[in-house]
Amino acid sequence: MKWEIVIGLEVHTQLSTNTKIFSGASTAFGSEPNTQADAVSIALPGVLPVLNKGAVERAIKFGLAVGAHIAPRSVFARKNYFYPDLPKGYQISQMELPVVGAGALTIQVEPLSGNAKPYEKTVRITRAHLEEDAGKSVHGATQGLTGIDLNRAGTPLLEIVSEPDMCSAAEAVAYAKALHTVVRWIGICDGNMQEGSFRCDVNVSVRKPGEPLGTRREIKNLNSFKFMQQAIDYEVQWQIDTLESGGKIQQATILFNPDTGETRAMRSKEDAHDYRYFPDPDLLPLDITPAMIETVRATLPELPTTKRARYTNEFGLSAYDANSLTSSREMAEFFDASVSIVGAAQAKLSANWLIGELSAQLNRDGLDIAQCPINAAQFGGMLARIADGTISNSGAKEVFRALWSEGGEADAIIEAKGLKQVSDSGAIEKIVDDVMAANAEKVAEYRSGKDKLFGFFVGAAMKASQGKANPAQLNEVLKQKLAG
Amino acid sequence: MLNLSLQQQGDALRAKKISSVELTQLYLDRIATHNPVLNAYVTVEAHKSLAQARSADAMLANGTAQALTGIPIAQKDIFCAQGWRTTCGSKMLDNFISPYDAHVITQFNAAGAVNLGKTNMDEFAMGSSNETSYFGPVRNPWDIKAVPGGSSGGAASAVAARLCAAATGTDTGGSIRQPAALCGISGIKPTYGTVSRYGMIAFASSLDQAGPMGRNAEDLGLMLNVMTGHDPRDSTSLARDKEDYTRDLSKPLKGLRIGLPREFFAAGLSQDVAQCVQAAVTEYQKLGAVVVDISLPNAKLAVPVYYVLAPAEASSNLSRFDGVRYGYRAPDYTDLTDMYEKTRAQGFGEEVKRRIMIGTYVLSHGYYDAYYLQAQKIRRLIAQDFVEAFKQCDVIMGPTSPSTAFNLGEKGDDPVQMYLSDIYTIAVNLAGLPGMSIPCGTGANGLPVGLQIIGDYFKEAQMLNVAHQYQMATDWHQRVPATVGA
Repeated sequence: MKWEIVIGLEVHTQLSTNTKIFSGASTAFGSEPNTQADAVSIALPGVLPVLNKGAVERAIKFGLAVGAHIAPRSVFARKNYFYPDLPKGYQISQMELPVVGAGALTIQVEPLSGNAKPYEKTVRITRAHLEEDAGKSVHGATQGLTGIDLNRAGTPLLEIVSEPDMCSAAEAVAYAKALHTVVRWIGICDGNMQEGSFRCDVNVSVRKPGEPLGTRREIKNLNSFKFMQQAIDYEVQWQIDTLESGGKIQQATILFNPDTGETRAMRSKEDAHDYRYFPDPDLLPLDITPAMIETVRATLPELPTTKRARYTNEFGLSAYDANSLTSSREMAEFFDASVSIVGAAQAKLSANWLIGELSAQLNRDGLDIAQCPINAAQFGGMLARIADGTISNSGAKEVFRALWSEGGEADAIIEAKGLKQVSDSGAIEKIVDDVMAANAEKVAEYRSGKDKLFGFFVGAAMKASQGKANPAQLNEVLKQKLAG
Repeated sequence: MLNLSLQQQGDALRAKKISSVELTQLYLDRIATHNPVLNAYVTVEAHKSLAQARSADAMLANGTAQALTGIPIAQKDIFCAQGWRTTCGSKMLDNFISPYDAHVITQFNAAGAVNLGKTNMDEFAMGSSNETSYFGPVRNPWDIKAVPGGSSGGAASAVAARLCAAATGTDTGGSIRQPAALCGISGIKPTYGTVSRYGMIAFASSLDQAGPMGRNAEDLGLMLNVMTGHDPRDSTSLARDKEDYTRDLSKPLKGLRIGLPREFFAAGLSQDVAQCVQAAVTEYQKLGAVVVDISLPNAKLAVPVYYVLAPAEASSNLSRFDGVRYGYRAPDYTDLTDMYEKTRAQGFGEEVKRRIMIGTYVLSHGYYDAYYLQAQKIRRLIAQDFVEAFKQCDVIMGPTSPSTAFNLGEKGDDPVQMYLSDIYTIAVNLAGLPGMSIPCGTGANGLPVGLQIIGDYFKEAQMLNVAHQYQMATDWHQRVPATVGA
């Protein structure tokens, strides 16, 4: 009998505040060790935490984006354990009463195997809570010693916990990607996975259909979607092999080694800490009023789900197109801006160019849409000329290349390069007449049934127009005239 | 000069009858004479104090002096003061020089007061006799065989012996009021949230509150004027308007309703202390006050509740003393865990370790509900008792401590006996109320007895008025210990 896979995620997103969650120290990445460690960050005797409102606003924003309940009162608790990069000997987190309650995220799953079709799924979000990050232990910087860098200590995190709703690595990755999109979309996290701004812990278990949940193992700190998929695949297979060979799964925290592609246990349940959570007496309960929620709601942009629905319903785009266009907020805004120039009727044209030529060029140059040398106005200007027949598709490609490398404006480029296509019926008829006169023999052959020669006449006429003839019109005129 | 009130000393400074440098030197000389016996100060740095005194003299000269400008104040060694060693009475912080000022220190500096030195205290404020200090016990100037009380024992001893004009203290379960009572001085713990805790080394965050210790109620009012006020760096600091705590000192007490909780006069209270407190109440009746019999039915649970909650918070607050970043680190260790264990085993004293263990235990999985949560519930009941009581009276009075000062070593091997010496003060911290102690007589052994006055939330000005009127009618607060005669 087949095994069922059960996956839940805990994602730590670093909130994009300029200062730490409980002090005024900077959160900038990559500074010299301990240059951003103020009195609170290093936990001098007597210092106290003061909550950063910006972190709270970002948590509320996330809650609204996933349709979650925002707790009118949440409580900060101390999670007690000793570690050199945890300066207070406890982490301030939220335990019993988190700021964000139950919500949900709709994801688009692209199955990894065979011919299975993409599908949509809703993953339930259990909760999201605010907490502070720890510092970093730097091993090996000095021979035989471990250095402690407290620059990161106190950086605000929103830990987002999902229900165990995912049944495959593909679903887990799709969820993580959707979450990654949302947090960047609403501007609460820069999403930089290399710098650790978005870190995933994945809980994996397997079971036979209809049976209760199996024992889970938690893969810690995955910082790439590729590794996540590899780690889950390896772990699932390991659990199945273990069970099928009569073994048992022990609850454990495990690490994924990208070099070997294997997971390995870090600590078992027996070593689990007793964190001795209790409400932090240095911080008052966090009270959030309906007015605060409404203030944050007013800053919320149109969300990917809403945009996707609008693109398919209003513009008639495919689910694939709608999904690609909402892969990031910058992409969607670029699309929206170009559509506002060419009109909704040309949304499909706009989507094709954006997902096709523009994305391909961005990929080739290793750029992000935010770094695109062509802005939406320039792009829309070019699309408008395709739409009104001023330029042909091949002419448009030339305009696009010029916009990319030299900038400027589509109309000026068309003018300068003489790309305007000939749509004047008199001029086209004259070209056709000339071509037919010059190839009387072939006309006769065509008329005697050699249909294949039509392509020859198109080519010859297009050449005669120096590629500027409107292809549709040219075809039409040729058909008429050749028919005699 | 040493027996003048803060107001009188300030007047003398402003009238140029004495300079701050002279006044500071006067105290420094007395410290040099008496501190070797009393051990009230852990750190004295004359050059720093005198430099501040010179600045104060400049303020006095250019007319920018405030009420406390130039007056030498002793700071409990729990307050971080920039450039000063700040030990909290522990080996753990023996070598810790604070790089920053506590809010209280900032306030005194801004007022032009002189920091005369750091006073001895029970280690991390855990103790009621000042015997847990790493720097040795403090002695009571009324009888050097006796303890001064704790944890602000150094401050109380220093004030009583005229080794400072006034002092700061902190009070988590009675640490201002009990030593004030045992040393025959006045002290007030204001409403929780009135004085910022920023820079005050935490013992039990939800209970810790700083306050002044001095020779009379008027001095306490002037000190409170400097210490209080909203501080955005402490999330539990209350955003209230500044007030003048001396504004009501001279109000007559006619019609004042004094609540006497039955539970405070039951078994366990020494006969001589009871008599002094009764005599004080009689004095108040002469001043026009009326006595109301009240009950605080849950007060008897205050000590057990406190010894769950305070250690719980302390066990977490003291986790930062791990030998990693500052403070003591064991010289020899094999690995990280060994370093932690040896550092904390060697760096903390016995009482601190006892409380860390109790606190760790009550927060542990499986015990949290039975101890910590249960204690929190009872804490609310205790606070509710006071709400009910204040419907019937304006202030509550009773003994501060069940007995006068006991001898050094007398309770050393019995922590529970020691804990019971705070039986009347702890409930006030649990409720977050203001409480004070003023001298009201001497016990059978000739040592001072303290009268505790408990007010409703934010009624410090009224409490000071109540205390001041008594001090206008009596002279207990003016008595000077014979051992240091001044």
